[in-house]
Amino acid sequence: MKTIYLLIVLAPLFGAAVAGLAGSRIGRANAHRVTVAAVGLSAALSLWVLYQHVWGGAPVFNETIYQWAVAGGINLEVGFLVDRLTALMMVVVTSVSLAVHVYTIGYMHDDAGYQRFFSYINLFTFSMLMLVMANNFLQLFFGWEAVGLVSYLLIGFWYRKETAIFANLKAFLVNRVGDFGFLLGIAAVLMYYGSLDYAEVFAAADAAPAMTMQLFGTEALVATVAAILLFIGAMGKSAQVPLHVWLPDSMEGPTPISALIHAATMVTAGIFLVARMSPLFELSDAALSVVLILGAITALFMGLVGLVQNDIKRVIAYSTLSQLGYMFVALGASAYAAAVFHVMTHAFFKALLFLGAGAVIVALHHEQDMRRMGNLRRYLPITHVTMLLGTLALVGTPFFSGYYSKDVIIEAVALSDRFGAGFAYIAVLLGVFITALYSFRLYFLVFWGEERIDPHAKAHISHLPRYVLPVMEWPLIALAVPSVVIGYLTIDAMVFGGFFGNAIQVLPANDVLAIKAESFHGPFAFGLHAAVNPAFWLAVAGAVTAWYLYLRNPGLLPAINQRFAPVIRVLEQKYGFDEVYSKGFAGGGRWLGSVLWRGGDQSFIDGLVVNGTARTVGRIASVLRGLQSGYLYHYAFAMIVGLLVLLTIFVGSSRGWF
Amino acid sequence: MLHGLPLLSLLIWLPIAGGVGILAVGREDADRARWLALAVAAAVMVASLGLWFGFERGTASMQFVERVTWIEAFGIDYYLGVDGISMPLIVLTAFATVLVVGAAWEVVRYKPAQYLAAFLIMEGIMIGVFSALDAILFYVFFEAMLIPMFLIIGIWGGPNRIYATLKFFLYTFLGSVMMLIALIYLRTEAGSFAIQDFYGLQLPLATQTLLFLAFLAAFAVKVPMFPVHTWLPDAHVEAPTGGSVILAAITLKIGGYGFLRFSLPITPEASMALDWLLIGLSLIAVVYIGLVAMVQEDLKKLIAYSSIAHMGFVTLGFFLIFRILGGSGSRDGALLALEGGMVQMISHGFVSAAMFLCVGVLYDRMHTRRIADYGGVANRMPVFAAFFVLFAMANAGLPGTSGFVGEFMVILASFQAGFWYAAIAALTLILGAAYSLWMIKRVVYGEVRNEQVEALTDITARERLLLGTLAVVVIFFGVYPAPLIDVMTPSLDALFRLVVPIL
Repeated sequence: MKTIYLLIVLAPLFGAAVAGLAGSRIGRANAHRVTVAAVGLSAALSLWVLYQHVWGGAPVFNETIYQWAVAGGINLEVGFLVDRLTALMMVVVTSVSLAVHVYTIGYMHDDAGYQRFFSYINLFTFSMLMLVMANNFLQLFFGWEAVGLVSYLLIGFWYRKETAIFANLKAFLVNRVGDFGFLLGIAAVLMYYGSLDYAEVFAAADAAPAMTMQLFGTEALVATVAAILLFIGAMGKSAQVPLHVWLPDSMEGPTPISALIHAATMVTAGIFLVARMSPLFELSDAALSVVLILGAITALFMGLVGLVQNDIKRVIAYSTLSQLGYMFVALGASAYAAAVFHVMTHAFFKALLFLGAGAVIVALHHEQDMRRMGNLRRYLPITHVTMLLGTLALVGTPFFSGYYSKDVIIEAVALSDRFGAGFAYIAVLLGVFITALYSFRLYFLVFWGEERIDPHAKAHISHLPRYVLPVMEWPLIALAVPSVVIGYLTIDAMVFGGFFGNAIQVLPANDVLAIKAESFHGPFAFGLHAAVNPAFWLAVAGAVTAWYLYLRNPGLLPAINQRFAPVIRVLEQKYGFDEVYSKGFAGGGRWLGSVLWRGGDQSFIDGLVVNGTARTVGRIASVLRGLQSGYLYHYAFAMIVGLLVLLTIFVGSSRGWF
Repeated sequence: MLHGLPLLSLLIWLPIAGGVGILAVGREDADRARWLALAVAAAVMVASLGLWFGFERGTASMQFVERVTWIEAFGIDYYLGVDGISMPLIVLTAFATVLVVGAAWEVVRYKPAQYLAAFLIMEGIMIGVFSALDAILFYVFFEAMLIPMFLIIGIWGGPNRIYATLKFFLYTFLGSVMMLIALIYLRTEAGSFAIQDFYGLQLPLATQTLLFLAFLAAFAVKVPMFPVHTWLPDAHVEAPTGGSVILAAITLKIGGYGFLRFSLPITPEASMALDWLLIGLSLIAVVYIGLVAMVQEDLKKLIAYSSIAHMGFVTLGFFLIFRILGGSGSRDGALLALEGGMVQMISHGFVSAAMFLCVGVLYDRMHTRRIADYGGVANRMPVFAAFFVLFAMANAGLPGTSGFVGEFMVILASFQAGFWYAAIAALTLILGAAYSLWMIKRVVYGEVRNEQVEALTDITARERLLLGTLAVVVIFFGVYPAPLIDVMTPSLDALFRLVVPIL
């Protein structure tokens, strides 16, 4: 098995190296061939691994690959932990990645950086696999930062675009703020649990659940401190308020990576992290409450911002933020399995939505403003149908995958008695209405209504090379299938069936999913249950509202906009986070740096101390120079004065004058 | 087999003899001087690899020892030897010198023979500093080092080189005079000038404190630590590329090395009593200097400031050991801090050398170091851009590069001294990324800024080889630092035992 696991990881690394280092020599076609083949191999083997773990009775794999170093008596290793949680993540990562690779052949067909792009997405696949397959914190951090690096490179892929290179710097720095907490969390784990190996850490945490430490002058639970610090890392990577600001801007990158990295996989790393750390988080109600509340805030308030966006990708980006919030709400309610379940379903339908949006964008020659779209179902029928399926999944239509995963979360929160659960329940419920509203707003604005397309862009549709649309549509179809059916097929096992085994540990007192399981009678009954479910009716209300406002009676919109102008302004400014951060932190940091440099280094140290010393030495020297006049009588006079002084002191001290 | 050879003497005197030889035969023929310099540097590199592979792991005792009486009347010996602390630094020195010779190839046109000779002589002297086990021998090399560097900056430097050289010379010279007094005092106590005889003298705290301060004056300037760091940006700005590479990669390390060889083992109680000072200054280096680095408008100044911030981790790791023992009581944690500081020194040697070489590549083409004069370099120099981004990431401590390893270890260890030490140190994650990547954004990315950038040509095969070699090393030690850490662990462990019995 070890060979298989290594092959899964190394194949995309190899592809990245070939396409990256020899890209110009092997040419465009060979670059995509080798990278697609590498990811294809990884995906096929990952599926096989999942099969082995679920039906083949494969044991949990937890082994060292090589020893990174031994430092300060700690074993620092690179090693894999493959259980069902990991195997599932591997399949999600590699299968979405494969779809995106194929799609990229079309999306990037006219881009000069074709090989570089394939190299990066192969490298991303490698990094993400390293992250999910880690069996220790060192490797986790390695994967964590490596996906951040690739995200940075890909957001800034079009490096001539000022907005893109601003966005990638911002993404990296905001993620580093998260990593700041993450690294301290790792340090706390090492100090108190004496290891960086997951299994050893969880055992040590389990053995001393009530251990405390001094912090801010009070006794704090070690598990709380460590869990919150690690969660700060998760907030950065998974873009939770207040570290969410980078994700909407990351849309400056090419659309395939918005689908792969900024919707389906990398941004769910934070959810994966908390799920993987469930033995630790379970020890701290306080930490889980933090997760719950921040997740709920993100789920509700970021969805609201999505309502006022006109850029098709940004609507989906805010939707992603909101959905990530749902996942954290699930984690905070100790419904880890539900969170991972939503990660999986969301990966498929959100990647589908992004890739659909990308197809629209390419067809319209890089038009992203929904105000210049409309009625596109006539020109892009396959994209239209698949995006409709994705939208239905996202808003939670009964029997679609998103319905199952979202509804389980809502019901789990309802059952939770953790601090903040009441607020979170209201937030996720309202979120359903908002999700439906912005999703169908997008759908109607793009595919229905009057044609507002720029004539130049419209002409472009028929001028695309023949292979471009099909090669983009096949991945859409491939993703549409799981978007529709995967929830129905897997909810029973994954959420209620103890699928994850020991990979996820929940204290019996916190196990809301176990309570829910008692009233679960199969996916079909669960689907029918929608009729008596407030969430379903809220989704319907949202969809109908969108239909009424954007299709049936658009004349009403200006009046509404005027009536709610202050609210809309707040939403358009995204609650002012960007403003505060750019003025407060970025501007403040530069200001402080200038003050310290000019005031501290240049004026004080160099100006006063260093050059001042030099000047003083010079001045004293010039005075002393005056003394060395060369006249004998000056020297004789000085000697006599000196003698007199010495004599006075000598005589005086012996007679007790002083 | 290798132990029979006077390998250390060879490493010291071969480059010095080579340098003198080049002065003799290469002044008329620049090409001959270049090839000769390369041959000498390569030979030293090979010999230093003999040191690396012939070095016996798992022991802390001095190896490759040579000892002959030098000045009998004062008990001064020509006494050489290396342990796991000095040996990697010698290999680093040999490596950096090869880079410098390669980097100067077509670029240095003014008196190339003298330029190369100065660096070879510098190399021999620096290897002497790292291998001297006699205090006076150490002092001689330590001072001699100033001369070639003084000449390098003074002759091949920029327009303001006289101010920079004087500042550099006076700063470092003032510090080392204090050290000389301390060494002479120690001779009277120990009865010999052998450094190891200075260990375990059981001096009273007041004496130790004076000695500690004397050493601090010498080594803090070299590192450099805040607030005696202001010579470094000026020196870097005026120095030619090779001078910057050697300054950053090697001479700064001599400060860190001095703390390990002298301050900690000779004055352990004073080190403990004054650790607050060193820790405080180190943390200031990380945060204050990090912020200052961010607003620099000159590429070399930016990298110079980032060097100071990175060296802050070295001194932080070295002097946190007492607080870690006082905090978590973990000897392992304290050792982790020492090892982290040491790894950071080696890694910084590679990364800062690479950064300065990258700036050199740009400077050779554009003759400006102002960040505002660049923009969109990636359009014209894609291969160079890839290297520059990689090294900037290493500078920002990205895992998978060597820049990560030392910082990671020191931050993990500092948590054991207390939450706040780690929290302040970990700010480097943000600051390091901010100054490195903001610089990259302004220089590498964007539209082509002006005609000069438009006219740029991508790196030559020679530059590609230099940067490629560094890239391989930086990634290798990021992915597999064990060989490096294994070499130094026994010596650091022994050092640690010398320092902490007092507890």
